[in-house]
Amino acid sequence: MAEPNKGWFDIVKSSYVWKSMFRHEYQDTYRNRVLQVSSNVFLHLHPTKIRRHALRLRFTWCMGGITFLLFLILTVTGVILMFYYRPTGEYAYHDMKYLQFDVPFGMIMRNMHRWGAHAMVIAVWLHMFRVFMTGSYKPPREFNWVIGVNLLVMTLMLSFTGYLLPWDQLSIWAVTVGTNMGRATPLLGHEGPFAEFLGVNARYDARALLTAGRLVGAATLLRFYVLHCIFIPIIAAVLMIVHFWRVRKDGGISGPL
Amino acid sequence: MPANKEDGTNPEGHIWRIAPSRRDFVGFLGWGAVLTSIGVGTLAWVRLMYPRVLFEPPSQFKLGRPQEYAPRSVSDKWIRAYRFWLARFDDRFVAVSALCTHLGCTPRYLNTEDKFKCPCHGSGFRGFSSGWKVIATNFEGPAPRPLERFKLTIADDGQILVDKGIVFRLDKDETEKPGAFLPYA
Repeated sequence: MAEPNKGWFDIVKSSYVWKSMFRHEYQDTYRNRVLQVSSNVFLHLHPTKIRRHALRLRFTWCMGGITFLLFLILTVTGVILMFYYRPTGEYAYHDMKYLQFDVPFGMIMRNMHRWGAHAMVIAVWLHMFRVFMTGSYKPPREFNWVIGVNLLVMTLMLSFTGYLLPWDQLSIWAVTVGTNMGRATPLLGHEGPFAEFLGVNARYDARALLTAGRLVGAATLLRFYVLHCIFIPIIAAVLMIVHFWRVRKDGGISGPL
Repeated sequence: MPANKEDGTNPEGHIWRIAPSRRDFVGFLGWGAVLTSIGVGTLAWVRLMYPRVLFEPPSQFKLGRPQEYAPRSVSDKWIRAYRFWLARFDDRFVAVSALCTHLGCTPRYLNTEDKFKCPCHGSGFRGFSSGWKVIATNFEGPAPRPLERFKLTIADDGQILVDKGIVFRLDKDETEKPGAFLPYA
């Protein structure tokens, strides 16, 4: 039985379920303000303190933030595309066309994924340029620069693997050209320097690892799909966690001199 | 070997012991086992990524009888299926690979311009009129060497037999080796 002077919101807030989720009181006190953030798994990721210069757009260009936002957009639209796309030689191209011309909102999902991918590559380069020009790679942030370079590589690998998935002439030949560069990998490519030391050949070398054979074929498509949807995003996400954490541990976004 | 002090540290006071204790030894064994399984697992994974069977076109196949091909011409007949040209000269056949030596695209044979031309980066290779010796030599664009040639023989039933698994390279002076061309007058 509810007490007569209590509204329905008070009843909800005093319920066992509500209290199990929200451990702090509702009154606007300093303590509760802190608890609202620190007892929430999503909000507690925010820094406790941000310096004023970190918000100056002319200094940061917000390119790191935009890159992360684009990564989130690409993750969401990519997962949505996965509901229709089958990574096999028979179906991939037609599923791409089906998404574009018949699936409701399929066209905008595919185009958001496509243009977002282009934008992410551009944003990553601009972020790197900004960090370089502001000297933000200098100690104590030198390790974070290394993480960032790895994230750049992951972004380019995502871009490269995703390029094959439409399975049209452009993507097949672009990936043919791209993987053929792997022939010249030192030690691991069968036409690269020192290939004879490891005894690699066209059947077993760095390129064959990517293409799953001598040619870009259906096996390559499946391989690139798994790399694109699972392998590289996970590595990139882990590196991003380290990257953002290091930004804070190294004293926040670097300030103007 | 100097002994550890009574508290287990070495004489310089570092925490690492000089003589491994039983605990060190067991820890070494444990970490060794963990790292070994990770290493073996990684090697197995790399091997798993190289399939034993490739679902690709076979490397040997018959091309019909020699007289089916027009004299003094480059035949496009097998481009789509098997990606090579069969060029018939006055006294021989040559099988020219349609795999650009630059980055692996498929060139086209331009009959009127008498050359092989790759659409990806514009590599050009000499056409039929240059003769069997130097046909498909690179002369423009980024391709670093001539197109490769495949082994040609005559099968028991009189058909031309090609083996794409065996290549002959003009830049290695292999064009006059047996199999690099099929004599036919």
